[in-house]
Amino acid sequence: MHRSSGRATATAGEALGGWLGAIAWGMVRALPILALALGWELLARSGAVTPFMLPALSVVLERIWTDAVSGDLLLNTAVTLYRAMAGFLIAASAGIVLGMAMSRNVAVRWLFDPVISVGFPMPKIAFLPVVMLWLGVYDVSKIAMVVLDAIFPVVTATIAGIQGVDRHLLWSARNMGASERDLLWQIMLPAALPQIMTGLQVALPIALIVAVVAEMLMGGYGLGGAMVHASRFADSRGVFAGIVEIAIVGYVIVKAMALVRRRLLIWHQEALAPSTV
Amino acid sequence: MSALVRYLPLLLLAAAWELAARLGLVSTLALPPLSDVVAAWVDMIRSGELIGNGASSLWRAGVGLLLAIAVGAALGIAMAWWRPVNALLGPLVEMFYPMPKSALIPVTVLWLGFGDGSKVLLIFLGCMLPVTIGAFNGARGSDQALVWSARSMGASRLRMLWDVVVPSALPEMLNGIRTALALSFILLVSSELIVAREGLGYLIGFLGANGTYDAMFAVVLTVAFVGFAADRAYQALVQRVLLWRE
Repeated sequence: MHRSSGRATATAGEALGGWLGAIAWGMVRALPILALALGWELLARSGAVTPFMLPALSVVLERIWTDAVSGDLLLNTAVTLYRAMAGFLIAASAGIVLGMAMSRNVAVRWLFDPVISVGFPMPKIAFLPVVMLWLGVYDVSKIAMVVLDAIFPVVTATIAGIQGVDRHLLWSARNMGASERDLLWQIMLPAALPQIMTGLQVALPIALIVAVVAEMLMGGYGLGGAMVHASRFADSRGVFAGIVEIAIVGYVIVKAMALVRRRLLIWHQEALAPSTV
Repeated sequence: MSALVRYLPLLLLAAAWELAARLGLVSTLALPPLSDVVAAWVDMIRSGELIGNGASSLWRAGVGLLLAIAVGAALGIAMAWWRPVNALLGPLVEMFYPMPKSALIPVTVLWLGFGDGSKVLLIFLGCMLPVTIGAFNGARGSDQALVWSARSMGASRLRMLWDVVVPSALPEMLNGIRTALALSFILLVSSELIVAREGLGYLIGFLGANGTYDAMFAVVLTVAFVGFAADRAYQALVQRVLLWRE
């Protein structure tokens, strides 16, 4: 009885130690960020720059808080996220289907290969006025713009992933009597998943960038629209609040995507390797 | 011949465009015929409109990108080489990397106005981190055996940095620069569309607002082609640079 409780405290102590270690490490990593925040505040307060050029961080945070209380922040974030994610999901599903079709079918490949290889490196954002001309300035054209930009990395990653599938896997599956359909869903898609996920991880930030730019150009609700509105009225607090809000949204969705990758690829050997950025 | 077969779909697309507009399947307002677009392009080349605006756009992108490459590469290699630099900058890079760079457009305008300065700053800030991360990953992955043998042969620390770490960081860094190149066009065009008085993006917005859609399509296609050509030229250059690798 006595001994077992002693052991329990020992493990609890170890767990506490690991926990404290993690907290300490997190604090060390947070130091440069805190230093940057402090530097921002001091620089703004020192009078070396005008409050118009750089409002103090505390003022910007206060502005974000006001936006949050009034509900504007929630509305704008929701609208921007809706456009970025709707476009991203359409681009992801259409891109994977198109990539699979291109790697399975010669005719489809012939038709789309030049379009993809010429279209991928193009700055698609230049087509934004054309998309506005065709689809107007509301959600449809913003989402269409996101799809147009985000689909290319998904298609190329899917093709590369399927091409890289180990031939032996295909042969042995076929040997064991898998149908072509099984082959696609049971073998090729899972084996290509790491590369497809990489393509999705490239496409996701692009989707957010494009959604913000489209909102900046077309106005209306959304984080980008709110920022451009603030800058037109020389409201520099609003501009800086927008930057902080957009940066946080970007950080959260990129980290969430990395988490999804780790969950989906838990069976893959990469899950064992320490993750970077 | 094989190139013709390969790019036939693009020719078909162009023919479909011309026919759809000529036969009135779509309004010529929404889609002017390709031949009109080409004629407008030739006009704008003759008048110098396209060349003048194109030069100012390329100047902005070029300066911003070169600054981003120089500073980004130095930062990335320094982060891989000196631990304290990594401890200091690592968290900041991780925090700012996923930030949608387009959010910086209004701020750079606030700081530097409507001219070249704000675009150069935007492209510099937006393109730096992909180069930094590429250089960092490349330099960190440099072969430890090479570093050891250089050290045992008496190479100084700086010599080792230049002769061993930098070359081994090169392939990943060049990849990062390719991302930065694509990003620079996106940032250039979107910032010029939103606030500018000259440049290709400005020209697109101006012509679109005027309703001269054939000229607008001509500029849009020009920007798309320049972006595409820059990427291809860069890849050809990278292949030359990396010839020493097997």
